[in-house]
Amino acid sequence: MNAWQTWIALWTLVTKEVRRYMRIWPQTLLPPSITMTMYFIIFGNLIGSRIGPMDDIPYIDYIVPGLIMMAVITNSYSNVASSFFSNKFQRSVEEMMVSPMPNWVILAGFVVGGASRGLAVGLIVTVVSMFFTDLSIHHPLVTIAVVIMTALLFSIGGFINALVANKFDDISIVPIFVLTPLTYLGGVFYSIHMLPDFWQGVSMINPILYMVNAFRYGILGVSDIPVGGALVAIAVFIVVFFMAGLWMLERGKGIRS
Amino acid sequence: MGRHFAFSLFALPRSASFEALIFLDVPALSAVFARFLSNIKNWVRQMAEPALSIRGLTKVYGNGFHALKGIDLDVAEGDFFALLGPNGAGKSTTLGVVSSLVQKTGGSVSVFGIDIDRDFAKAKYHLGVVPQEFNFNQFEKVEDIVLTQAGYYGMPMREAKPRTEQLLRDLGLWDKRKGSARMLSGGMKRRLMIARALIHRPRLLILDEPTAGVDIELRRSMWEFMKRINREGTTIILTTHYLEEAESLCRNIAIINHGDIVQNTSVRDLLAQLNTETFLLDLAHPVETAPTLEGFSVERVDATQLALSVERGQRLNDAFAQFSAQGFEIVSMRNRANRLEEMFVSMVEHANAESGRSTDKVEVRS
Repeated sequence: MNAWQTWIALWTLVTKEVRRYMRIWPQTLLPPSITMTMYFIIFGNLIGSRIGPMDDIPYIDYIVPGLIMMAVITNSYSNVASSFFSNKFQRSVEEMMVSPMPNWVILAGFVVGGASRGLAVGLIVTVVSMFFTDLSIHHPLVTIAVVIMTALLFSIGGFINALVANKFDDISIVPIFVLTPLTYLGGVFYSIHMLPDFWQGVSMINPILYMVNAFRYGILGVSDIPVGGALVAIAVFIVVFFMAGLWMLERGKGIRS
Repeated sequence: MGRHFAFSLFALPRSASFEALIFLDVPALSAVFARFLSNIKNWVRQMAEPALSIRGLTKVYGNGFHALKGIDLDVAEGDFFALLGPNGAGKSTTLGVVSSLVQKTGGSVSVFGIDIDRDFAKAKYHLGVVPQEFNFNQFEKVEDIVLTQAGYYGMPMREAKPRTEQLLRDLGLWDKRKGSARMLSGGMKRRLMIARALIHRPRLLILDEPTAGVDIELRRSMWEFMKRINREGTTIILTTHYLEEAESLCRNIAIINHGDIVQNTSVRDLLAQLNTETFLLDLAHPVETAPTLEGFSVERVDATQLALSVERGQRLNDAFAQFSAQGFEIVSMRNRANRLEEMFVSMVEHANAESGRSTDKVEVRS
């Protein structure tokens, strides 16, 4: 395929993914908005007003970046995991396999499509948060870079999950048993400085902590961790996960007999 | 191949070349000559490069099952080729390897001279695949399924849209284009997969049981469509359980059984090997016993039907003369089974008997 044909193929795949989640918006875009509204009302307004400030920041303002990030992570991941797995399940993945489209285009198409849903939901949650607090962004470039990179990383994760999954249960195990605990323990609702030293150390090996804090730094200007290192770490993870996904795709893992 | 060559040669603007010759119009003559040379070149290339060439293809699945045991197969450009075999014989595995859905264990596959191990992407441009199972997103719109496939081949929308319209119209799906694919009938879904496979104008179309579960009327209209695209130059490889389909559509045939090719010849040559044909004769009046005919074997099927076996070289006239002489009134007759079906069953059973395998899996429908 020449460069123009490759671009058409990539654009086709991305628009197909966007069309898919837009078509089923009551399942893809609406639920996170409602869930996050609940978080803002209960944790932000009702309980948050009794908790007091966190790192000298009103509690509701403190949790906004974490909640946006939580929405981006879960939606990026689950979009690609469920979309690619249903392509496997309905065998429509064969449409791509018989075409001359390179494997990296297949991977990139799903990842960009999934990341776009994560970002769309992130934007919706941001808009919802504006009903509960005044949001000002301290470092716009850091904020945008972190949220895009996080969306891409978890989209790749969702793709790898779908590739190795044999049944629908397999694509819900990681979000339930890995992503949700890591996100909750990744400093969405609290500063790790509140924890004893030992648990602070344990928290430092949670990759989501770096993403949430880098994003919080972008919006509020405060962070538990060094932001530069976090950005580099996310970029390295993206490259490693992308190469791993591509390698599995080249070998036909989970899609070729 | 010859047919294909002749088609392209006489596709020249003949009146123009005739005038060029009469009036000695040098530029026109040189254009005609260049076209002639180009056709010869294409012809030679086609001779040298079959649409599909398979050598020593093996496939061992993860559970140790040897699906293909080193098969060799050539399909010439322009051919209408049937790949037949009982269930589990290796037909779909073979086509799966060619279309990249199955990873081969050994051997080589070339599509129009392009080795799939060297440049599969280039080979894929020449391939259109219609699989046995429905393999599209049931929730997508009919039109979107075809347009998306065009996009996967890097086809711009301005080219993909009219091509999609033409294919959907040709296959009787244009009225359904805005509907969800899951709302289509089984036959329509199959036609949708054919439209999708043809969107990028492949030179080789692989059809894995394209008419399975399709009613007779629709099957015949699909045959006409397949004949038409074959006439227009697309090479077609077909697997089917309907042997009548293979006999009426295909010029060449390979029979695969337990991962080996047991026969690879033209349909005409294969049928010439058929030694005995059995005809069912409907009688005007019921009979108690079958008559005895000199030189022929006759069995009574029921009160108003006889089965007449005719060996190669025997004349039906002789049998009918004897029936008339004995006062039997025959009102109609037909073959007991499709001729190819008889051949197929005997061949597969023979191969199974030689290898000591069970023959109960031979499944044919006509």
